[in-house]
Amino acid sequence: MSVPEKRRDATASRRSRIDFGRPLLILRLPGLARREGSLTVVRGAVSMRIDIRGVLVVAVLIAAAFAAAVAELGTGELHLPFGTVVQAVFGGATEFDRTIVNQWRAPRVVLAVVLGALLGISGAIFQSLTRNPLGSPDIIGFNTGAYTGALVVLLLLDGMSTSYYPTAVGALVGGILTALLVYLLAFKRGVQGFRLIIVGIAISAVLSAVNTWLILKADLQEAMSAAVWGAGTLNNKEWAHAQPVLIVAVVMVIPVFWVAYRMPMLDMGDDSAAALGIRVERTRLAMIVVGVSLTAIATAAAGPISFVALAAPQLAKRLTRSAGVTITASAAMGAVLLVVSDWIAQFAFGDKNLPVGVVTVSIGGLYLVWLLAMEARRQ
Amino acid sequence: MTMNTSKSGNDGNGEMNEATMTGGAPGGSARLRARNITIGYDTRIISDGLTVDIPDGKFTVIVGPNACGKSTLLRALSRLLSPSSGEVLLDGKAIASYPAKQVARTLGLLPQSSIAPDGIRVADLVARGRFPHQKLIRQWTAEDETAVVEAMAATGVSELSARLVDELSGGQRQRVWMAMLLAQQTELMLLDEPTTYLDIAYQVDLLELCSELNRNSGRTLVAVLHDLNHAFRYADHIIAMRSGNIVAQGNPSEIVSAEMVREVFGLPCRIIDDPETGTPLVIPLARRADAARFISH
Repeated sequence: MSVPEKRRDATASRRSRIDFGRPLLILRLPGLARREGSLTVVRGAVSMRIDIRGVLVVAVLIAAAFAAAVAELGTGELHLPFGTVVQAVFGGATEFDRTIVNQWRAPRVVLAVVLGALLGISGAIFQSLTRNPLGSPDIIGFNTGAYTGALVVLLLLDGMSTSYYPTAVGALVGGILTALLVYLLAFKRGVQGFRLIIVGIAISAVLSAVNTWLILKADLQEAMSAAVWGAGTLNNKEWAHAQPVLIVAVVMVIPVFWVAYRMPMLDMGDDSAAALGIRVERTRLAMIVVGVSLTAIATAAAGPISFVALAAPQLAKRLTRSAGVTITASAAMGAVLLVVSDWIAQFAFGDKNLPVGVVTVSIGGLYLVWLLAMEARRQ
Repeated sequence: MTMNTSKSGNDGNGEMNEATMTGGAPGGSARLRARNITIGYDTRIISDGLTVDIPDGKFTVIVGPNACGKSTLLRALSRLLSPSSGEVLLDGKAIASYPAKQVARTLGLLPQSSIAPDGIRVADLVARGRFPHQKLIRQWTAEDETAVVEAMAATGVSELSARLVDELSGGQRQRVWMAMLLAQQTELMLLDEPTTYLDIAYQVDLLELCSELNRNSGRTLVAVLHDLNHAFRYADHIIAMRSGNIVAQGNPSEIVSAEMVREVFGLPCRIIDDPETGTPLVIPLARRADAARFISH
């Protein structure tokens, strides 16, 4: 390496010699590395190729989610201005305002942000896994199975019908068993995305019939609460409901990173990925486990909220113009979608407090029509 | 397409050959070998007890009729398919015993079915070939950048770097995949039917490129090809397969004969010298009686 080149290399960041067709930031930073048994500072030990558009989109989406969250915290029977809400969150304002914001409204809004992000990530993982924009956990039968699990608890196990945790556990078990069943039925020398979708749709259809039958057998009151759960709702959520979700969400950060690092390689086909040093079946199994876990947490906490997982990755991809779906942008988009949907569900229809799932299904339905029309036009 | 644009073109030529010649296999060195492997899918066995050495620093081409097991062999050699018995050795050690990324720094593969992710641009795709050299915190070093620049130059896709892969022609796309393989900077490169679906000009282009890569940098190349005349023109070493077995192997000018082609493909033919290169050229015999009469006039 010649001297001037060395000098140029020493700068922390510079432009790439390659035209990637999009603005990039190349970061080359010194870092610690093990040299001859001891830790020393090495130049260029940390290096990144950062997509500027992607970073900006994620930043804007996070800001939008934050703004929507503050708006939702301020809306209700008692309207609070933006400043008061922010003060209350940081321990200011009157005690009354703090109670309203932090105890009554915050659990719901925090859940909307976190569950939206989890659903967005889960959708991105499943769409990458199936290499299909329709390959979301709702389509491959997970939500229907979770609903079956919840219905069994709500309707068949008397005495615990309205409590929160048994229903959540029922949904968790139902969803995971369904995912396992779909995986096993679709397995043939590894799992291919398209088979996963087809088998998922079939299992979904069967379980829908079971769900309808269960509801028809129930008495009116139980059927009503089952239907509300089945739509997916954030109504009446307390911190006690949000805590387990937050803990699991934090625990899942590392597995999600593990998957996100390998996902772009797997997007290029199994053989290419294997040739580049990815252990394909192991990675795919990890993706399924992570994707199912994230959906499972979300569904257990709030019921099957449809279409966020389906729509968020594709909408995010259209904004970032990334190659394939990306996890970070999908998470941010999922959070925005769910907070906004929840705001609409609560306040857009007067005093009718709808389950948020009804709103996401409506928005998602429009999105699906648009997606199919776009795909049809492209072919 | 020329290699003159590539900086890596002329370095390492002699020394790499010398380095690899010390491998010490009988009859020339071979870093990549299959020992008595049985390969197939589920219960269907394609090849039983196959043993083969891939000669270092040469351009090897595997030929044979459809379903003779040539792609299966290539998949086994590139550890995409693990043999039910026997083993594939890389530098004398079972290939399955290496960490996956370490193999990917030594041995690259251009598979038959690659998927360009929706909306990916050329440079991004080529850069993904650097994955085996990268770590979580070291994702884009100066070496990565140089490798990608050189790979795109060598395959003539530098001008396309900002384009969407979806918008390219089949020939351009295949060159982009070749560039990704080059960016991986492996000493062994395996190519599974790289010329399929390309028109004739692109086929020749790609084979010239492979031949240059082999000659200028001493890389070991193995390709599965359908076109016999292409195979015989560009290969240093031919492996001819039929029904899962190796029927003949060696330098094309030494092993190719009308009998060999008839035995492998069941094709009656004449072999003449290629007027351009002097390599064997297969001329299938006319089967219609009137065609033969037409020549005699």
